[in-house]
Amino acid sequence: MHILGLGILSWITFLPVLGMIIVLLLPKENKNAMRWTTLGITVFQVLLAVVIYMKFDRGMAGINTMEGFQFIEKAKWIDINSVTWFGRVSIEYFLGIDGISVLMVILTAIISCVAVSASWGIEKSVKGYMALLLLLDTGMMGVFVSLDFFLFYVFWEIMLLPMYFLIGVWGGPRREYAAIKFFLYTLFGSVLMLLAMLALYFSVTTIDPASGEKVHTFNMLAMMNHANFEPGSILATIGSSARYLAFVALFIGFAIKVPIFPFHTWLPDAHVEAPTAISVILAGVLLKMGTYGILRISFPIFPDATVYFQVPLAILGFINIVYGALCAMAQDDFKKLIAYSSISHMGIVILGMSALNTQGVIGGVMQMFNHGTITAMLFLIVGVLYDRAHTRGLNEFGGLMNQMPKYSGIMTIAFFAALGLPGLSGFISEAFAFLGAFQAPSIRTITIISTIGIVLTAAYMLWTLQRLFLGSIPEKWKTLPDINNRELFTLIPLAIIVIFLGIYPAPMIDLMSTSVNALVDIVNKGAATAMIGQ
Amino acid sequence: MNEQTLINLSLAILLLPIASFVIQIFFGKKVSFLSDKFGTAILFICLAMSLAVMFGKLGIEEPIITSFQWVDFGNVPVLGHLTIDLGFTIDNLSAIMLVVVTLVSSLVHLFSIGYMHGDVRYSRYFAYLSIFTFSMLMIVLTGNFFLMYVGWELVGLSSYLLIGHWYEKKSASNAAMKAFIVNRIGDIGMFTGIMILYYTFHTFGFKEIFEAIGSGNIPMGSEKWLTAAGILVFCGAIGKSAQFPLHVWLPDAMEGPTPVSALIHAATMVAAGVYLVARTFPMMTADALTVIAYIGTITAFISATIAVAQNDIKKVLAYSTVSQLGYMVVGLGVGAYTAGFFHLVTHAMFKAGLFLGSGSVIHAMHHATHHMHDHHTDPQDMRNMGGLKNKMPITFKVFLIYTAAISGIPLFSGFLSKDMILAGTLAFGNTTGHWIIPITMFFIAGLTAFYMCRMLFLTFFGNHADAHRYEHIHESPKVMTIPLLIFATLSFWIFFSFNPLDGASGWLAKAVERPESVVPATSAAIGPHEFEEEMHHEHYVAMGLSLLVAAIGILIAYLTYYKKSISADAVAAKLPGMHKFLYNKWYFDELYGSVVVGGTLAFTRVLRWIDTYIVDGMVNGTATWTKAMVFGYSKNWKEKPVNAKIFLLGGLFVAGVVTAFSFRWLMGVEAGFIHLVWSGLGALCAGLLTFFMFYGGAGGFDKFVVDGLVNGVAYASGFFGILFRKTQTGKVQTYIMLALLGMMIIFFMMK
Repeated sequence: MHILGLGILSWITFLPVLGMIIVLLLPKENKNAMRWTTLGITVFQVLLAVVIYMKFDRGMAGINTMEGFQFIEKAKWIDINSVTWFGRVSIEYFLGIDGISVLMVILTAIISCVAVSASWGIEKSVKGYMALLLLLDTGMMGVFVSLDFFLFYVFWEIMLLPMYFLIGVWGGPRREYAAIKFFLYTLFGSVLMLLAMLALYFSVTTIDPASGEKVHTFNMLAMMNHANFEPGSILATIGSSARYLAFVALFIGFAIKVPIFPFHTWLPDAHVEAPTAISVILAGVLLKMGTYGILRISFPIFPDATVYFQVPLAILGFINIVYGALCAMAQDDFKKLIAYSSISHMGIVILGMSALNTQGVIGGVMQMFNHGTITAMLFLIVGVLYDRAHTRGLNEFGGLMNQMPKYSGIMTIAFFAALGLPGLSGFISEAFAFLGAFQAPSIRTITIISTIGIVLTAAYMLWTLQRLFLGSIPEKWKTLPDINNRELFTLIPLAIIVIFLGIYPAPMIDLMSTSVNALVDIVNKGAATAMIGQ
Repeated sequence: MNEQTLINLSLAILLLPIASFVIQIFFGKKVSFLSDKFGTAILFICLAMSLAVMFGKLGIEEPIITSFQWVDFGNVPVLGHLTIDLGFTIDNLSAIMLVVVTLVSSLVHLFSIGYMHGDVRYSRYFAYLSIFTFSMLMIVLTGNFFLMYVGWELVGLSSYLLIGHWYEKKSASNAAMKAFIVNRIGDIGMFTGIMILYYTFHTFGFKEIFEAIGSGNIPMGSEKWLTAAGILVFCGAIGKSAQFPLHVWLPDAMEGPTPVSALIHAATMVAAGVYLVARTFPMMTADALTVIAYIGTITAFISATIAVAQNDIKKVLAYSTVSQLGYMVVGLGVGAYTAGFFHLVTHAMFKAGLFLGSGSVIHAMHHATHHMHDHHTDPQDMRNMGGLKNKMPITFKVFLIYTAAISGIPLFSGFLSKDMILAGTLAFGNTTGHWIIPITMFFIAGLTAFYMCRMLFLTFFGNHADAHRYEHIHESPKVMTIPLLIFATLSFWIFFSFNPLDGASGWLAKAVERPESVVPATSAAIGPHEFEEEMHHEHYVAMGLSLLVAAIGILIAYLTYYKKSISADAVAAKLPGMHKFLYNKWYFDELYGSVVVGGTLAFTRVLRWIDTYIVDGMVNGTATWTKAMVFGYSKNWKEKPVNAKIFLLGGLFVAGVVTAFSFRWLMGVEAGFIHLVWSGLGALCAGLLTFFMFYGGAGGFDKFVVDGLVNGVAYASGFFGILFRKTQTGKVQTYIMLALLGMMIIFFMMK
C-alpha cells in the first residue's frame, strides 16, 4: 500500500522526522505551534495505524516467509563491493509487518500520541523536547517494522540518543545519573547484540538474484532458514555452544531493555527521573522492544537454543513477577512503585513467551500491548498528582478520593486493570499467559509458583490505593484541583481500550493468532529437527 | 415458555443491573431519581423475570445451555483449531439461585433507601449494589469456569468497594483490602485448578469437562490429579465462602453498611462458594469431598465457638454466617447435595433478615445516641442494648422468627434444611466411619441455638442500659420494615415443603437432585441412591437429636440471659483462658498479621535492600571500579576510607594469591623452595601494582609507567652507557658475574 509513492510503513516511521524538521524550523517563541505540530503528526500517525489495522490481512502468517508479511518495502540500501574483512556488504531497507509487529505498531502510535498530549506542560526549551520526542518516535516505530537486522539495529540505537537527552535534560533532580545509567546499560546490551548480529551475518548467505553470487546478509528472514547457514560457519551447527552463546548474547541485549532481573536496576531510576510523558513512552513502548526482539529475532532464528533455554527463561519470568511485586510493595515513592510493577508485569510476558505454545505466546504479546496501555495510564496518573503536589511520597497523601473524584475514578480503572481484574484487559493477557505456561510440562511448577504474583500485585496495588485515596485528606492537600480536561483527554482513550479489550479481546487475538501459531510451529519444529540432528 | 425465551430473559436479568450501574455511576449524583429508585425498580423487574424463569425452567427437564464463541486461536499446532466458547447454563440450580439473588438484592435495595438515607455517597452506594448484582448473577448463570472466575473476581471487587464504602475510616479501608487479598489467595488455588482442567480438556465448559471425565479422560491420567483439581477449585470457595483457614476476612467485612452485610456477606456472595461446589459436584472425587466436609466442619466449629463470646451484634451474626456456611459445605462434602443447597436458600432468607433486622436495631441505636450527642457509646454493642422489644415491636417479632429459623425449630425453614444436613452427616458417618463430623455438627447445632438466643435476649429483653437513650429509640420506617416482614414470611416452612418435618419431600429438594458423579468408579463417593436411602434411615434419629440439642441450647441461653440464674460473667471468670481465646477469635488475626503480613513486609524490605545495594550495587560498582581504574582508588574513595582500606588489603591479598598460584602452575607440580620465592616475588609485584593502581589508576599508570618507560629508556641508555663503560674496564670477574646472572635468569625462565 503506497501513499505518494512511498509505502505506508515508511510513512508511519518517518512522519515524525518530517515533523521534527518542521518543529526545528518554527520560530523559537512559538511554543504552541510546536506542540500542535507534534500532536498533529502523532495523530496522523494514529490514523495511519488505523488504516494498517483495517487493511491488515488476518490470514497471513509472516514470521519467516516474505510472502507472509504485509505492507512490504524492500530496497537496496547499502551495497559496497570488497570491503576489508566483510567482502561485499549488502544491506537492505526492508520493512514489513506481521501479526506480532502490527500490534506493536498500533501501540507505538497510540502511546506516542498520548505522550505528546501529556507533554503539554513542558516549558523548558519546547523545540528541543518536541524534536527529540519525534525522533524517538521514529526510532521506536522503526524497530517494530524493520526486517533487516542491520536496519533494526540502527533504529534500536537511534532511539537511545533522544531518550538520553529527554531524561538528562528534562528530568528530575538526579536526571544526569539516571540518563547515563540508562544509556550505558542499554549500550552494553547493544554491544552484545552487535556481536551476535555479526556472527549471524558471517554465517548466513543468500544468493543475490541480480548477480547470482553468494552474499552475506542481514536479512532476518534468511537467518531463520537453516539452509542459508554456510556449512562450517560459526553458527551453522544446530545445538552447538556457539549458537547458545549467540542466543545468550542477544538475549542479554534484549533482557536489559525488558528489563529482566538482574538487569533491571536502570528502570526505577530512569522512571523516577524522567518527565511523565517520557515515563509513559519508556514503560509503554520501550520495554516491549526487548520482548519483541526476543520473539522476532531470538525465537525463530535460534529455535534450538530457545527450547534449550526454555526453563531458565520461565524462571526469569517468575523472578520478574514475584521479585518485582515484592520490591514494588516496599516502595514509598509512587513512581518507583509503578516502575517496579512494570518489572513484575513484564515477567508475565516472559513467562507466557517461554511456554512456546499458542496461548502462552498470545498471552505474552497481549500482555505487551495491555501493559503498554495500562502502565501508560498509571504513569499519567502519577504525573497528574506530581504536577499538583510536587511530591510522590505515598505516605504523605490520603483521602484524595473525596478531593479529586474524577481523578480517582479513572485511577480505579487503571489500578484494577493492573492487578488483573476480569473485565479489564490486564486480566485476559495474564490469564492466557498463565494458561499457556501451565500447558508446557517443563515449566508447569514454575507457573504454579508464579501465581503468587497475582496475590502480591493485588496487595501492593490496593495498599497504594488505600494510602493515596482512602482515609481522610491531610490539611495541606485540601486545595488540590481535580484532573483537568486535557489530562482526561489523555487518559480516557486508554481507559476505553482497557475496558474494551477486557471484555472482548477477540479483535486483538484475530490480528496475531495466525502469526503466533506459525511462530510456535517454527520454534517447535526447528527444535525437533535439532534433536534429530544430534 | 420455550427455551429461547428463557435464555433471553436470563440475559436480560444479567445485563439490566450492569446497565443500571453505568447509568447510576454517571448520572446518579445529578438526577435524584436515578440515585436510588431507579436501581431498585430495575432489581424488582429482574426479580419478576427471575420468577418467570424459575417457573418456566422447573417445567423443563433438561438444562438449557447456550454458548457463543468468544475468542478464536486459529489453527494451533498439535491441537488443531482452538477456540474459547463461553456461555450460560439454566438448570434448576441456577434458576432457583436467580430468584434468591434477585429477591435478596431487591429487598436490600428497598431497605437501603431507608437505611442509607442522607449518606455521603448515597448514589455511589446504589451503583455498587448494581454491579454486585450483575457479578453475582454471572456466577449463577455461567456455564463454564472462565466466566465463573470472572464473576468470582467481580463480586470480590464489589465487595471491596462496598466494605470500604465509608473509606474515611481506616478500619473500613483495611477491611476492604483484607477481604480482597484474602479472597485472592483462594482464587489462585481456584485458578490453578482451572489451569489443570483446561490443560487436560481444552475447554472451560462444565458440561464438556464433565462429559470428558465421564468418558475416562482424567487430568494427566491420574485420579490424584483429579482430586487435586477438585480441591483446588474448592480453594476458591474457601476464600469466598470464608472457610477455614481463610475465614478471617468475613467478620472484618462487617465494616461495610449493614444492608451490604445482608446482601453480600450473608445471603449471596458468600454462598457463591457453596454454589461453586454444587456446580462442580460431579467432578469431585471421594477424597476431595472428604476434604471439603472436614474443612466445613472445622469452619463451623471454630466460628460457632467464637460467636458465643462476641458482644458486637454484627460480629455475632458474621461468625454465625461463617458457621452456617460451614454447614452448607459439610452438607455438600458428605454427599447431601440437596441439603447443602437447600440450606443455602433458607439461610439466605433468614440470615438476610437477621442482618437487616440488626441493621434496623443499629439504625435506631445510632439515631438515639446521635440525638443525645453521645459519640462514645457503640451502637452495635449488645451490652448497650436490651429491652428493645417494646420500642421496636416489628423488628422484635421478625427477629424472633429468624432466630427460630436458624436455631432449627420445627415449622421454620432452617429446621428443614439443617435437619437434612445433619441426617446427611449421620449417613456419612455410617458409610465411611468419619463419625467426628456428625458429632461436631450436632454440637454446633446446639451452640447455634445458644448464641442466637443469647443475642435475642440481650438485645430485646431485660432492661435497656440507658433509660434516657431508651426514650429516643423508635421503630424503623416502613421502607425498612417491609423487607423484614417479607424475609420473615419466607422463613416459614410452607414455602419450601408442605410437610413441616420433612424437607426432602418439598418442591425444592425435588427440583435440585444430586447429579451423578462422573469420576472413575474407583475414586467416586458412594452413589446418590444408596446415600439417600441411608439418609432416609437416619432422618428421624437426626430430627430427634437436633431438636434435643437445640432445646438444650435455648434452655441454657434462657437460664443465663433471661432468668439470670446462671451468671455468664462467672462462667467466663472461671475459664479465663478459654474466654479470652474465644473472644480474641482464636488469635487468627494476630497469627496471620504477624506471620504472613509481617513476614511478607519484612521480606519486601530485605529485597528492597538487596535490590538497591547488591543488584544495583553491582551496576554502580562497575561504574565506580571503572572510574577507580582510571583515576586510582585512593582519590575515588577518599570519602570512604574504610572501603578504600578494605579494597586495598583485599586487592593485595587477591593479587598475591593469584600470582602465587599462577607461578606454581607455571613451575609444574614438583615445586620447590625456589619456586615459592619466585611466587613471593610475583606476589610482591602484583601488590606493588595494586598499590600503584590504588594511588595512580590507569591514568597514573599511563603517566608514570608508560610515559615513564619512554623517559626511562632515554635515561637508562645514559645510565647503562656509564655502567658498561665501567664494566668494560677489563675486569674478568665482572664478566663472569654478569654471565652467571644471565644464565640464572635463562635457567629459571626455561624451567
